[in-house]
Amino acid sequence: MKTGYYPGCSLEGTGKEFDISLKRVLKDLDVELEEVDDWSCCGASSAHGVNHVLSLALPARNLTQAQNQGLTNIMAPCAACYNRLLSTQSSLMKDKVVKAEVEDLLEDKINGNLEIINVIEYFQKIGVDKIIEKKKIDLSWLNVACYYGCLLVRLGDAGKFDDEEQPTSMEDIVAATGAKPIDWNFKTECCGAAHSISHTEIVESLTKKILDNAMAHDADVIVLACPMCHSNLDMRQLNIKKHHPDQKEIPVLYLTELIGMALGIDGEELGMDKHFINTRQLLDVQQQKKVRKV
Amino acid sequence: MSGHHSHKDPLLEEIEHLTSQNTSVCYQCGKCSAGCPIRDFAEESPNKIIRYIQLGLYEKALKSKTIWLCASCQTCTTRCPQKYDLARLMDALRQLAIKKGYKPDRAVYKFHKAFLKQIKDHGRSYELGLVRDYKLSNIASLTLFQDMDVAPTMLLKGKLGILPHNIKGKKAIEKMFKKYYDKKGDE
Amino acid sequence: MKIGVFVCQCGENIGKTVDCVGVAKSCASIPGVAVSMEYKYMCSDPGQNLVKQAIADNGLDAVVVAACSPHMHEKTFRKAANGAGINPFLVEIANIREHVSWIHDDVPSGSLKATDLIRSAVEKVKNNAPLTTIKVPVTKRALVIGGGISGIQAALDIANAGYEVVLVEKEPSIGGHMSQLSETFPTLDCSQCILTPRMVEVYQHPKIKLLTYSEVEAVDGFIGNFKVKIRKKARSVIDEDCNGCGMCIQKCPTKKKAYSEFEEGMAFRPAIYVPFPQAVPNIPVIDRSVCTFYKTGKCKICETVCGRKAIDFMQEDTILEEEIGAIVVATGFKLYKITKPEPGSPYEGYGEYGYGEYKDVIDGLQFERMASASGPTAGEMKRPSDGKEPKKIVFIQCVGSRDESKGFSYCSKICCMYTAKHAMLYKHKVHDGEAYVFYMDIRSGGKMYEEFVRRGIEEDGAKYIRGRVSRLYEENGKIIVKGEDTLAGVPITIDADMVVLATAMVAQKEAPKLAQILGIPYDKHGFMSESHPKLKPVESSSGGIFLAGAANAPKDIPESVSMASAAAAKVMILFSSDILEREPVIAQVDESTCVGCFYCQKVCAYNAVERKEIKDRNGKLIKVVAYVNEGLCQGCGTCNATCPSKSVELIGFKDEQIFAQICALNEI
Repeated sequence: MKTGYYPGCSLEGTGKEFDISLKRVLKDLDVELEEVDDWSCCGASSAHGVNHVLSLALPARNLTQAQNQGLTNIMAPCAACYNRLLSTQSSLMKDKVVKAEVEDLLEDKINGNLEIINVIEYFQKIGVDKIIEKKKIDLSWLNVACYYGCLLVRLGDAGKFDDEEQPTSMEDIVAATGAKPIDWNFKTECCGAAHSISHTEIVESLTKKILDNAMAHDADVIVLACPMCHSNLDMRQLNIKKHHPDQKEIPVLYLTELIGMALGIDGEELGMDKHFINTRQLLDVQQQKKVRKV
Repeated sequence: MSGHHSHKDPLLEEIEHLTSQNTSVCYQCGKCSAGCPIRDFAEESPNKIIRYIQLGLYEKALKSKTIWLCASCQTCTTRCPQKYDLARLMDALRQLAIKKGYKPDRAVYKFHKAFLKQIKDHGRSYELGLVRDYKLSNIASLTLFQDMDVAPTMLLKGKLGILPHNIKGKKAIEKMFKKYYDKKGDE
Repeated sequence: MKIGVFVCQCGENIGKTVDCVGVAKSCASIPGVAVSMEYKYMCSDPGQNLVKQAIADNGLDAVVVAACSPHMHEKTFRKAANGAGINPFLVEIANIREHVSWIHDDVPSGSLKATDLIRSAVEKVKNNAPLTTIKVPVTKRALVIGGGISGIQAALDIANAGYEVVLVEKEPSIGGHMSQLSETFPTLDCSQCILTPRMVEVYQHPKIKLLTYSEVEAVDGFIGNFKVKIRKKARSVIDEDCNGCGMCIQKCPTKKKAYSEFEEGMAFRPAIYVPFPQAVPNIPVIDRSVCTFYKTGKCKICETVCGRKAIDFMQEDTILEEEIGAIVVATGFKLYKITKPEPGSPYEGYGEYGYGEYKDVIDGLQFERMASASGPTAGEMKRPSDGKEPKKIVFIQCVGSRDESKGFSYCSKICCMYTAKHAMLYKHKVHDGEAYVFYMDIRSGGKMYEEFVRRGIEEDGAKYIRGRVSRLYEENGKIIVKGEDTLAGVPITIDADMVVLATAMVAQKEAPKLAQILGIPYDKHGFMSESHPKLKPVESSSGGIFLAGAANAPKDIPESVSMASAAAAKVMILFSSDILEREPVIAQVDESTCVGCFYCQKVCAYNAVERKEIKDRNGKLIKVVAYVNEGLCQGCGTCNATCPSKSVELIGFKDEQIFAQICALNEI
């Protein structure tokens, strides 16, 4: 049975390389996804900020799409989409009144049986052993700060996939790639993605704290699994540098890109040329290791 | 020794309905504020917002900038010793503020509106259109140039589509929005 | 049968919503009622005299008093009636206060309901039989479970009154948590200095049998007549032969294999050890989980150096049986651990405070050891990570307490006081240091308590910040504390050298198991429940079993000691007579109809149902039937309701009595 795939809007745009690298890595791991038919936006941070029922109806449409397609599970790589889909299903199953209201808007029924997982859980399912087995490049030279952000682990009543305060699941996968996950303090600190466009000054300040802490703990890269966090941590470094000329750069990778690097896949095939902070240096070392191994 | 009957303010009832929570469980420990990422940018602390509700000073809460600065990161909710979902209260207060015509943080509100418009028009969010719509509605904002200068790079890297992606179910989504707004009488 | 009805107005309490005069008048016409009257306070002396007089004047056979709950004054009226020559069990109470006036607003319907309840009680009393109390003998020997300050106090009080006491402690030494404390609030006197004389007194008391490293395994019997099985765990050291010279401890090569429980993990102890130098008894114990001999079969150095041949590697647990008349449960508390809880634990733990992973984040008992002159740092302030003196220290209150989400709903009561003490002790030791206390409320009720806290703030300069801390993390050798001062409405970040968490007092993990062995109730947190929160605070709901100290709820030392003495007094009252009288309201089995299904035995919460063999004249077994042990039965009636052959009846509440009551209500 294939796993259902809900890319979410960001993975078609600013988070394109997440989509590209995910698909490329899965090819090497011999697993396939089935995209949810004609999926639509989940409403992310905007809808629930201003409008309760709509904020449930938007993700709910995708649940019905997946149901009607015969899927039993959905993997949503974007942390915000994952959180919205999961908490929508959970809260609709708890509140019959709102469920009826949403179903009226959708003109369809929610059965509440979908298993909704994030990209970390998906790789846990595939098995870290498979990554270890297919690993081609030694990444032990790479210190990795795993960044979960807020929405991935804070699921409220909807569930729990890792410790909300001290998560370790991403580290387990990073360790499987051979890279070294480091201990640091801002793993689950919010980067303010919801205000990325409306309050750039806040976002810059929050982002800087996260980047600085990762670097203070000797991270070479930050690895994450959320396109909103990525566009903040990667793109905002340019603005930060404008205000803080001494600011050092740190590349920010999607978890799937790091796995791809370990599998020996070329950077361009993983979309790593699309970053604002250059990943060239990383890829050069990767290439050297590759050559040495051959 | 007869039973006690409490009379709640209708606005409080609406807030408690929207949040499905009893506001009086908050004992004002301030842990929410202590861990809030936007605490340094907000004049009024998050615990003050719920305190206003407890005191019946609804206007103060609805007019506060804090409710718009909330990043919905759920840190407060996760750590609240009384299991109060403060992030949900912030959602509810934003919804009520719009309903009552208070829009203290234009930037955030315009952004949300522009975002929802993208979904309504195309079924998915179309980032270039979003930035364009948002900036047009918010022309005075200084942030205009900050994002516009990364946009060309994004286009070059193929990260921003020139044209929006319209989904097949676009009509259904539009209908959903219309049905919802007709019912609510919202904008 | 001539019955008297007495309606009490209870001042306004009943009189306000029940027309007592009207009710008394209408009750006069109930068949069997010879006299019916009302009075303002029936429980008062004139009220009771009214009852007595009416009995004498009218030659009454039975009495119905319509008043408050039978919990309040049933005894009063039984005594009054008895004084006038009526068997006390021919008195019935109709509760027209809690069941009528307090829950209704309307006078006519309240009065109607009161009349109905009285009529119902009249019908019951018509079927009442005169009963006599049950008499059981008393074994004048007490068991005290737990050798902390509460258990020590209870044991000494009972023993000093001249009764024998068996004191059981599961650890190798008595002393409990109090022996770990540095100084005590609000007087700052040295904890060990005031405790150790008591410990020695226990050890030397001719009336006290001290069983350390022992646990209660089974309790049978009932008030005045318990049979208790106690497991004396193998110490691997023969008590009678050891003279406590300590040579074995000195020479044990396994020095750093185990963390010292007494030092709260801040120091090591050898495999053979006494918990602390003043331990009572001063007899070591071998921790078999770390001892080299038990692992490899070699070593035996302790045996070699022991001049008294007191080491016994082959020693086994022994089971002792004791005859006991009363039990005091003084099992104390545990401190909420800041480490990540094991799966299935009732609490979540504090990931935001690092799950105890940061070395310089310690709990209150660890701070006590650090501040103690006999502790691992000899009383000097040295933080665990690098031994440096912390110049900035942060205390966080209510960790685990008052936290529905990650801990417990209750307030642990003592943390406000001990944190104030900690801040003070710190400032006394580090004069140029800064001490911050994050609190939610300061709860300092108690003699000289508030003054003590004020002294910490005003004289010693502890800075109190009202707010809960959201997060702690380690950065560059500092613990970063993220808080908010909710009074000023400003965020506060402190880079502390050390953080002390005032964690909750929680029930002992084994408390529910012990409660089940004893057959006494405990609450959802595992604390033993008292029989009545105000008027029976040291009694459990099982006769002859009393509670003392923090086993019941979080308590400080003075409160634990008071409770222990109170429990001891209750034991002494019980021991003051040779024969015990108790209510005859117990279950009774009709052996002729009992089919021996023993459903009653399954549902009995008090283990009161036994099996009884019925034999014919030749000793041949005819059948096995249920038999109710009158000492154990509490008269709850569960067996009565369960019995499929209707063979169990509750004396005083027989089916015919209850039916008569119901039928009386149905007449309406």
